[in-house]
Amino acid sequence: MICFERVSKRYDEGHDALREVSFEIVKDDLVFLTGHSGAGKSTLMRLVMLMDRATRGKVIVDGIDMASIPNRSIPAHRRDIGVVFQNHQLLFDRCVFDNVALPLVIAGYDHREIGRRVRAALDKVGLLNRERALPVTLSGGEQQRVGIARAVVGKPKILLADEPTGNLDPALSAEIMQLFEEFNQVGVTVLIASHDLILISKLRHRIITLSEGRLVTGGAL
Amino acid sequence: MSKSRIEGAVQSKTRLSDRYNAWLRHHRLSAADSLHRVLDNLVASLMTWLVIGIAMALPVGLDVALDNATELSAGWDSPSQISLFLKEGQDSASAETLVREIEARDDVAGVHFVSREDALAEFSALSGFADVLASLEKNPLPNLLLVTPVASLVGTAIDGLRSQLAQREEVAEAVLDMEWLQRLNSIMQLSRRLVMAIGGLLILGVVLILGNTIRLSIENRREEIVIVKLVGGSNPFVRRPFLYTGLWYGVGGGFFAALLVSLSLWFLESPVSELAALYQSDFELEGLGMMGALNLLILGGLLGLAGAWLAVTRHLAAIQPR
Repeated sequence: MICFERVSKRYDEGHDALREVSFEIVKDDLVFLTGHSGAGKSTLMRLVMLMDRATRGKVIVDGIDMASIPNRSIPAHRRDIGVVFQNHQLLFDRCVFDNVALPLVIAGYDHREIGRRVRAALDKVGLLNRERALPVTLSGGEQQRVGIARAVVGKPKILLADEPTGNLDPALSAEIMQLFEEFNQVGVTVLIASHDLILISKLRHRIITLSEGRLVTGGAL
Repeated sequence: MSKSRIEGAVQSKTRLSDRYNAWLRHHRLSAADSLHRVLDNLVASLMTWLVIGIAMALPVGLDVALDNATELSAGWDSPSQISLFLKEGQDSASAETLVREIEARDDVAGVHFVSREDALAEFSALSGFADVLASLEKNPLPNLLLVTPVASLVGTAIDGLRSQLAQREEVAEAVLDMEWLQRLNSIMQLSRRLVMAIGGLLILGVVLILGNTIRLSIENRREEIVIVKLVGGSNPFVRRPFLYTGLWYGVGGGFFAALLVSLSLWFLESPVSELAALYQSDFELEGLGMMGALNLLILGGLLGLAGAWLAVTRHLAAIQPR
């Protein structure tokens, strides 16, 4: 589903964020990506969702070489991937419902379908009764759940999460991780970047470790 | 999540008709949403509308005024008139003889004699200098013949008639009254050019004002734009609400321009008709009319779109998720 072949990424200022990274994540897998900050976790995620392009090597997502996607098709590519951000990236002047509905509005669903899907997603993350609330009135954990609902509402095949538990206490973090496992069980390929080793080692999934841009462990299937 | 919901992801690659409906839906949504935003900030929007309205009303108002002036002067174009000022020391009788002689010419339609006494009486009545004129020892005004050429006589032929009449020994001076009309016409043409130039500059101003307003609202919504792009919003998707915002500002500006022009005409109407009555004219001010007002709305809308387009092409592409 996600395949890296000797991928390097060098930023303009000469910093090598990724060096010759190769791995493959098969369909329906759940994989953790770990390493110190600056190890290249975020860069790897950015390459998958085409916020950046690889300097060398091949990034293949869902069978498509990312190099073959022109800039104007990047939005369509992003609509096929659900992304959960560490800082949530919510619209703070819109209610929970509108935030979750955003990907569907972009994709052009009619409002009945949007209502149905948004409520299903909110139900899944346990926020159905807060759909009219503004994000500022929610706790950090709840805001992250809104972000997750938004990521899955379009029923993507791939779900990326960049430090989804970064600011949460252990109990909440475990709940969030359990949510990701549930999505994985219904056939979503999940890639979670996290430096919370204690938490992820308990979960018995494959772990890819990066260090200074190099892949250290977890490259082989 | 059931298996059928996962298949939904595959179905999200929509057909052409679905995509058209989605496109239409988002246009409706953007139009309504941006109208809401414009109306929510009513005071700021009113300011913008007024600025645009004033900038558009100025050249349009001048143009309407020029149209009216053209309308008014169209009645004066022909026939032209030659004024013959007679030499001093001619009595009325010899003037009468001259009148008959000139009237007999083929190229003259009519002659009107204004005696110096009549001219003095009229002048003192109209000028308000009656006292000063009464204190003069003798009448300073000459006898005057107003010669109207036949309508078929135009251009240089009229000037030829003028010089023939000027050569008669009774005549001190022959003046072709066309000249002031020609001058008026060139002044009007010059004014029209000026109005066009001012209009062009103000239209450019309107586009820039709108561009700047839209740029500010893009800056205000920068975070939102980043998020929308992160979850797969395309450039046209992000652009649309701002284009509609420009459209609403422009249409509103056009409405205010029409309102301002109509108000000014209404304000001028009664003094103008009073003035026209003094000149025994039934002249009436011609307003914008329905079509004129509609054109202003359309023009405003186009300018709004142009300004918004200017802003979004310059600033929107630069906002990318980092």
